[in-house]
Amino acid sequence: MFHNFPKFTLLLVAVLLLVACAPAVNPVADPQADPEPGLVADPAPEEETYSGGDVASETGTLVIYSGRSESLVGPIIQQFAEVSGIDVQVRYGSTSEMAAALLEEGANSPADVFFAQDPGGLGAVEAAGLLAELPEDILSKVDAFYASPNGRWVGISGRARVVVYNTERLQVSDLPDDLMGFTDTSWSGRLGIAPGNGSFQTMVTGMRQLWGEDETRAWLQAIADNNPTYYENNTSIVAAVAAGEVDAGLVNHYYLYRFLAEEGENFPARNHYLADGGPGSLLMVAGAGRLANGENEANALRFLNFLLSPVAQQYFASQTYEYPLVEGVATSSLLIPLTELNPPQIALGSLADLQGTVTLLQEVGMLP
Amino acid sequence: MARLFVRNSDPSGQRRARPAWSRLPSPRALFLLWLPAALIAAAILLPILYLIIRASSGGISAWVHILRPSTLAVLGRTALLGVSVTGLSVALALPLAWLTQRTDLPGHKLWALITPLPLVVPSYVGAYLFASALGPRGLLQGWLEQPFGITRLPDLYGFPGSLLVLTLLNYPFVLLSLRAALQRMDPALEEAARSLGQSAWGTFWKITFPQLRPAMTAGGLLVLLYVLRDFGAVSVMRYNTFTRVIYVQYQNSFDRSAAAALSILLVALSLVVLLAEMRWRGRSTHHNAARTPKKSKRLPLGAWRWPALIFCGLIIGLALLLPAGILLYWLARGLGSGEQIVSLWQASRNSIVASTMAALLAVAASLPVVILDVRRPSRGSRVLERISYLAFALPGIVVALALVFFGANFAPWIYQTLPMLGLAYLILFLPQAIGAVRTSMLQAHPSMEEAARSLGKSPPEVFRRITLPLVRPGIAAAAALVFLSTMKELPVTLILAPIGFKTLATSVWSSVSEAFFAQAAAPALLLIVASSLPMAILVSRESSPG
Repeated sequence: MFHNFPKFTLLLVAVLLLVACAPAVNPVADPQADPEPGLVADPAPEEETYSGGDVASETGTLVIYSGRSESLVGPIIQQFAEVSGIDVQVRYGSTSEMAAALLEEGANSPADVFFAQDPGGLGAVEAAGLLAELPEDILSKVDAFYASPNGRWVGISGRARVVVYNTERLQVSDLPDDLMGFTDTSWSGRLGIAPGNGSFQTMVTGMRQLWGEDETRAWLQAIADNNPTYYENNTSIVAAVAAGEVDAGLVNHYYLYRFLAEEGENFPARNHYLADGGPGSLLMVAGAGRLANGENEANALRFLNFLLSPVAQQYFASQTYEYPLVEGVATSSLLIPLTELNPPQIALGSLADLQGTVTLLQEVGMLP
Repeated sequence: MARLFVRNSDPSGQRRARPAWSRLPSPRALFLLWLPAALIAAAILLPILYLIIRASSGGISAWVHILRPSTLAVLGRTALLGVSVTGLSVALALPLAWLTQRTDLPGHKLWALITPLPLVVPSYVGAYLFASALGPRGLLQGWLEQPFGITRLPDLYGFPGSLLVLTLLNYPFVLLSLRAALQRMDPALEEAARSLGQSAWGTFWKITFPQLRPAMTAGGLLVLLYVLRDFGAVSVMRYNTFTRVIYVQYQNSFDRSAAAALSILLVALSLVVLLAEMRWRGRSTHHNAARTPKKSKRLPLGAWRWPALIFCGLIIGLALLLPAGILLYWLARGLGSGEQIVSLWQASRNSIVASTMAALLAVAASLPVVILDVRRPSRGSRVLERISYLAFALPGIVVALALVFFGANFAPWIYQTLPMLGLAYLILFLPQAIGAVRTSMLQAHPSMEEAARSLGKSPPEVFRRITLPLVRPGIAAAAALVFLSTMKELPVTLILAPIGFKTLATSVWSSVSEAFFAQAAAPALLLIVASSLPMAILVSRESSPG
């Protein structure tokens, strides 16, 4: 037994070495010269077919911090890498984690681009003076509503706020026409919301702009008094609505389509649009900005241009069921068109400041 | 000095037996023990230093923000959850450890292999799975609706759900510590008690249980501190603990100074726990094995094996089979509807590399700290040992951001490399290794080391040939604990790993958060399977003739 221990250790070390030195690559030792973009984002098996070792060294690299999940944006970033021949490296995390990391890194960040799920994360990084001003040809591709007022980040794709409801328990006609309807006592204990989630908070920020502080606080208080169930995020709400834990929930529109893809058409939940032009149908954007201290400016701008190209916009429309923001790209037939959605006209850049919203949510007891 | 000796945990004469030479640090001891131990302590203190810098950069407002009455309520809730989860974990782990290690429980080797595995289920995913199975309108309710007409189960959310999830996923902390202790425990005492007419039950409570106390305390401490820093389970179960409040600061207002101030409170809270634990274990006794214990005979359970099997089955059913079952269902459903599952070869390899690295690092780093604490006890060595626990209650995101701050700004050459990731894991998981190794070291009587010394062996040789084999079960348990914890680690891996370094845990997270359930199921199942391999090695070592 005395002799087993060294063997055990040797075994561990051997496994470590074996695995670490396996032929495909060592991501750490030499990320620059690594010819395989597969390391970065390899959801597609085709990764092998692309071997742009030489191309990569000519066209350089691009480092992206993505607050959007790889399952959503991995394929389109991969496509950019293949088309451009650029060695694209992506760090995935939540938008808030990536924003916090960027703030800590400051001027020493290796990142060239920050691709965020919501304006809040971009706003925090912009406020710290870390984002560069974007050229007019990029900004002009989307409506000014969907970009930073200072031109330091640009919206890439949109998500609509909707009401998701259980189709076994409710008809569309049972649902209110605006957010105020949910403060009615008949909705007591039947609504699910996610006050900790960025999308809900962005909606409340929009509400503060449209309705003012007092009316917003009154609405939040009335909702809080109506025994809602609090969930962690949109995914949990959609699942809970379908299970019948609650009858309806306030979410972003596109989660439903993920569930339909996973569970089939019998999934007992559907979206309802509050097309009253109020905050209940706010169109929120995922956006991206260029880090001012990034080393690969040209590649970063090329990437932002690519995200706003018809190819990428079409990808967001058809694969992630989001609203394309560039004119001329068709919205998925599953969604109601933007004109019918009738989102309120609020500049999304002004939604970046979440501090007041968080304080408000804490005041009414929705957040700890 | 004398006062320290009296207060020290060891009443067994260990100290008196020690020759004078060992009390003075030789230059060699200084170099081999104190230097590495001091470096390790410095690394552990990095996040604390970062928190102080951050909290003070926010000025007084950061502190005003946290001095709200609600903070106190959160503190109370956190303490309640921590204590409850710890108590329940001990209550589950104690019988499990004893049954798999000391009785002829049918299939005890298999049970020994699978009972620690729930530790590898990431708490966010585990909680999500439990909520979908046991929630008010979950899977279980669906099964009960037809036969019994139950349309809604009692609400799982809040305290009960958090207690359930955190206990089922973290009892292995206690289990693994206990098992290591049981292996090194000399069965002679138990046998003597039995021969003197004590019942099996009486023997367990009077002889075995007291000897297990240090291991139980060490494991319980890990559970308690883990609960303080958990985010996944409490967020899905919607129970506002301290860590959840810290995350709200990061997630929503990007207010790093308020988050830092809250984190400092969390460190203070863990300091209280650490001091309390030191007093508690200080009074405890432990029994040194002056020789390598002989293999104990397994106690025949007789008819008791049925309730024992049901007990083990229930725990594994809930903690492992239920989550794995739902994952398999997601996977089958996804494959059935033609979804493509991406290759996970690279993620599996990265997970194993990272976790093996973390396990080796943590075990290696724990040795000087433990040897100093147990074999060269002094105020200094005890402070060192406690310091190593300080960062353990900190949420992963805090440790990650601390290293981002120091790495990006002061050590860019190491920033976002594998060694940097290793350092972060070390800070996060060192206490797990220390707890397990320390327990084993306490059980090994120093007389054998002293005999070897007196026969003219050099200290490194004594260490290699005597000490290391004696503490082997502790080292194995430590390696297993760190390995399993690293397999599921998320925030640090996301932020600090070399760019593009995907692991199974990050793959699960990226998919489940966006409702790509089939995509999440494959890596989650692989996570469990890949973790069972090192557990299998461990178990087969445990049962090799001692």
